[in-house]
Amino acid sequence: MSGKSLFEKVWDEHIVVPETDDAPGVLYIDLHLIHEVTTPQAFGLLRDQQLSVRRPDLTLATMDHSTPTVPVTTLKDLEVVAEAPAAAQIRAMIDNCEHFGIELYGFGSDYRGIVHVIGPELGATQPGKTIVCGDSHTSTHGAFGALAFGIGSTEAAHVLVTQCLLQRKPKTMAVNINGDLPIGVSAKDVILALIGQIGVDGGVGYVIEYRGNTVTGLNMEQRMTICNMTIEGGARAGMMAPDEVTFEYLAGRPQAPSGTDWDAAVERWRKLPSDPDARFDREVSFDASRLEPMITFGTNPGMVVPVTQPVPADTGDPSFRKALDYMQVEAGKPILGKAIDIVFIGSCTNSRMTDLRQAAAMIKGHKVADSVRMLVVPGSQSIKVQAEAEGLDEIFTSAGAEWRESGCSMCLGMNGDLVGRGQLAVSTSNRNFEGRQGVGARTVLASPATAVASAISGTIADPRELIRH
Amino acid sequence: MEKIIRIESKTLILPLDDVDTDQIIPARFLTTTTREGIGKALFADWRYDANGEPIDDFVLNSPDVTGCEVLVTGRNFGCGSSREHAPWALVDFGIRAVVSTQIADIFRNNSLKNGLVPVIVDADTHQYLLDNPGITVIVDVEERTLSLPDGRTATFPIDGFSRHCIMNGIDQLGFLREQEPAIADFETNRPWTP
Repeated sequence: MSGKSLFEKVWDEHIVVPETDDAPGVLYIDLHLIHEVTTPQAFGLLRDQQLSVRRPDLTLATMDHSTPTVPVTTLKDLEVVAEAPAAAQIRAMIDNCEHFGIELYGFGSDYRGIVHVIGPELGATQPGKTIVCGDSHTSTHGAFGALAFGIGSTEAAHVLVTQCLLQRKPKTMAVNINGDLPIGVSAKDVILALIGQIGVDGGVGYVIEYRGNTVTGLNMEQRMTICNMTIEGGARAGMMAPDEVTFEYLAGRPQAPSGTDWDAAVERWRKLPSDPDARFDREVSFDASRLEPMITFGTNPGMVVPVTQPVPADTGDPSFRKALDYMQVEAGKPILGKAIDIVFIGSCTNSRMTDLRQAAAMIKGHKVADSVRMLVVPGSQSIKVQAEAEGLDEIFTSAGAEWRESGCSMCLGMNGDLVGRGQLAVSTSNRNFEGRQGVGARTVLASPATAVASAISGTIADPRELIRH
Repeated sequence: MEKIIRIESKTLILPLDDVDTDQIIPARFLTTTTREGIGKALFADWRYDANGEPIDDFVLNSPDVTGCEVLVTGRNFGCGSSREHAPWALVDFGIRAVVSTQIADIFRNNSLKNGLVPVIVDADTHQYLLDNPGITVIVDVEERTLSLPDGRTATFPIDGFSRHCIMNGIDQLGFLREQEPAIADFETNRPWTP
């Protein structure tokens, strides 16, 4: 019998009732993350059926998606800055958390922020846990060696009521990433290039384990960037083996174990990495040493090229043509040098200190081009405080960028931060779908470095030139 | 939830690959706290122009749409966001089955909980459906088959439990709640606690 993979160890440890031909298995959930957009209907179901939340203590609530990124301290402020439905949704979140006894990291909390940023920050995200959320980017938490995946609102209700989900065991895929990252190439470029290689449906039905010396050489924030975009390759969850880097990140965080509990936890976590003879249903190899900064040219994250390369030749495929028409780019022509309107640095993909420090270091002493609006949105209120303590906010604002309160912001057009119709944005977020950032908005996904270089030049730019100077 | 045993309907064709849930229902419609009337926002940005007028050549605006319950789409339908609003919008509009060669995982899971049958068929059957818009097909959940007018039949995968829930209009929560003793036992006896 072969050894077990990281995924199999976590999966097996959380099976309450094994699956059979007739019925899916019952999987226990250690941490349920909730936010204002995908839970109102779930709580509605609980209220209708007069059910209670089984484990409020394993439920972590915040507000990020429809929450404005301008300062809001009271609900009265909210009525002024948010549209009525968004304000009503946020009020519903506050009411539901109160009613069901769930602690909410809401307005005024030092820990409020994007749900996938604050889980790790609080130390609630830990190796070996099962973690779910009504949000597909829950895959982020897999960077800690947790099994973490997105669910719908009905499933969120299932977890609220039973702390369990009905699941069938997915297949496993090992993605081996090796090589030193060249200058100007980041974790974001790695995951964009990987999605380009496997395709946006390459991971459907799989849980991915990212392995190799590129991965082990990254810090936790960079690892999260890779796991975050796993879903853009179709896989619901992406995991990485926990190691010293993971433990060092978690030590001392508010919800991480402490004292002898910490020692016991680390001992348990050390047993989680895949056994040497673990088998995977599929293996993919990826050489990171030859990567260039990547940019998307189309309307899904798999439509991606190195920044110096032209848009691929026309395949005649209607989906490909529709994407190019929408983006107003031409097959076979470069996108480098194309004029842009907006730069967005933020989202659960790239809004952490590593991203902000790099962006600030690159923009310092430069100005955002006159034709460009640049928005920098920290992933959480604690990141905002930390960045301000380091003076990063001043670097951004004196370059001409806007500095905001935390939230999902311009990643998705539902909180007032919008890319206008026809405008072209270089965005560090995760989705370049049609209209994702606003009706008619055009999105180019890139790393924070590429975003900054583009903001300064006013066109899509190669960050390596700026880094070399 | 409505019981679905057999659907006999003309097909609607949306021949694009990788249709994401942001297209099925754009994020700005997700500030709702219910699921009432959500079908109005289905494919909003492909269905209506900047003035809110219907775009004539979009399939949902065709005069033949009335009564169509089967949507045939390109590969990897429902990719992207986990929003359950996507199947809610399709069901509210009147769609009961989505046919493709591949359907994204989270969307597929959400569909099975809302009386929307995900029908994954072989490439030949799929191509035939794309090439012959508006034909009447039969999706038989009990038999796990999709039948074409010429009598050909394709099978599609649906696990026994999901099929049972769809055919009886049952929410899976009831089954899960019956596992309470096992869940309590698991919580008591697990080697570590979160």
